[in-house]
Amino acid sequence: MPAPAKSTTTSIGATDKRFVTPFLSRRTHPSKRVRREAFVGWLFALPALFMYAFFVLVPFLLTILYSFFRWNGVGPMTWVGVKNYVSVFQVPNLIGTIFNAFWLVVWFSFIPVGLGLIVASVIHRVATGRFGSIARTVLFLPQVIALVAAGIIWGWLLALPGLINQMLKAVGLSVITRAWLGDFDWALPSVGMVGVWVLLGFCAVLLLTGITKIDPALYEAARLDGASWVQEFIAITVPLLRHEIGVCLTVTVIAALAAFDIIWVTTAGGPGNSTAVPGIQIYILAFTQRAIGLASALAVMLMVLVVIVIIPIQWLTRESAQ
Amino acid sequence: MKVARSELWAGRTLLLALMAFTILPFISIFMTALHPSGTVPSGLEWPENPQWINFVTAFNMAEMPKLFASSIFIVLSVVPATLVISTMAGFAIGLLRIPGSRVLLFLFVFGLTLPFQGIIIPIYFLERAIGIYNTRVAIALPLIALYMPFAVFWMRAHFVNMPSELSEAARVDGATTWDLFWQIHLPLARAPVASLGILTSIWTWNQFLLCLVLVEDPTQRTMAGGLGAFQGHYANNVPLLCAGTILILVPTLLIFILFQRQIISALLQGSVKG
Repeated sequence: MPAPAKSTTTSIGATDKRFVTPFLSRRTHPSKRVRREAFVGWLFALPALFMYAFFVLVPFLLTILYSFFRWNGVGPMTWVGVKNYVSVFQVPNLIGTIFNAFWLVVWFSFIPVGLGLIVASVIHRVATGRFGSIARTVLFLPQVIALVAAGIIWGWLLALPGLINQMLKAVGLSVITRAWLGDFDWALPSVGMVGVWVLLGFCAVLLLTGITKIDPALYEAARLDGASWVQEFIAITVPLLRHEIGVCLTVTVIAALAAFDIIWVTTAGGPGNSTAVPGIQIYILAFTQRAIGLASALAVMLMVLVVIVIIPIQWLTRESAQ
Repeated sequence: MKVARSELWAGRTLLLALMAFTILPFISIFMTALHPSGTVPSGLEWPENPQWINFVTAFNMAEMPKLFASSIFIVLSVVPATLVISTMAGFAIGLLRIPGSRVLLFLFVFGLTLPFQGIIIPIYFLERAIGIYNTRVAIALPLIALYMPFAVFWMRAHFVNMPSELSEAARVDGATTWDLFWQIHLPLARAPVASLGILTSIWTWNQFLLCLVLVEDPTQRTMAGGLGAFQGHYANNVPLLCAGTILILVPTLLIFILFQRQIISALLQGSVKG
């Protein structure tokens, strides 16, 4: 073949080579060699796949299977069709856990992301030096400690003699002091506060990393025009952080819908069922009430719910640049 | 930079307020921990007679040495195994592009959003059936598996960006797939492997649900699981509970302070890729 224009051959040649060369370089029994390569490659993937299949995929399928039976964990299993799902929708204590989970999203997700955006842009604008990096570290601190510890700490802060009430008294608001976690109306927002405490720093620091990737010329131009913090925030920061906001929302929404540790150690779902979320209810149904089928149906619904909520967030916040 | 003075101070005040919001809870439990055992102090009050002995009491009551050893054991069995098998799988999917690697990747990504509670019930019965229930292995094995979606995805993201010329050159020199992995690509993957190690260590140390469901004996759990049990026993003795909590927090806080840059960047990258 006569040599055509050089530029085209090199580009085509390069792509071809990537797939062909490793396998065909020796030119002996190409198909046998390809098969051997594939076999060896699969050996590399096999341990991970085996562990994942045995402890995640099989349990996932079993959860779906259990959800169609009535079973106490030891006796015989009775096929009940979709009855467990009907129960989840009809029993107020069960469907209520899903409403509670959505209510928790406000606290675990919207507030940390919203406040985190403000904090990140404030650090970026007025505290770029040492103060900013200290603020970053301090705010991030709750993210590394165990959620159980966070729950225990706040369980004490929100108790009747705890710090929150002490501070309210100090500013003359003793009328509203109460045992926050034992109050039917206030228990869920109180648990939500723990979520704000844990997740705010994570969101703020992640968003700050995003801001530092934005072209500084944009901010300089805005400031030369005398843009205020609010204008800068709305016109530059928020729109250009779409991808990072999406990441924060994804992480925090999952944390809210699948919450367990914090709630288990602070309220265990109480008082009544006012802070019961699916995770708590699944545990109670399965391991104290021995209603395996019902617990599994709720578990399946939780998993579906997470996917349903996450997909639109991912879709809306994809980077449009690509 | 043109930033008005009033704005400067408004911004700094906000940051200081939020830092106080973050730090005060730690100070409150520290002060509370120093009050006489069994009393109910108020939230922020320096005791007349600091009871440092509370830390010793909590240390003994929570069987801290056993708990610590147990956590270390679980971390040491989970993290290296996770790193090894996920790196190999990431290598196979991202670099070797074995036949079926797209399906395989999809299978792992599917697990990324799966909440632990969703599959904990069958894990419990499975472990009873194979006889590892109520041992440390009962926590370690499912944890390794539950990390796989993230870990494989993470390592694949590294390998997929490696230039193919590197592998080709090695192949021409007659390197086997194993040589390619062990001698060429593993040394280059040190940074993502280290980050993954930090992440999985923190997650394992702080794991609670699996401990609660799969292990009844608190001294066979991780630190977080042990703390949960400690709270069950001493819920009414606030100073001791606070002292115990602090003892359990100290290792994590120390590690965070020492490696804060790596930890922050690992956790952030982790969430961006995930």
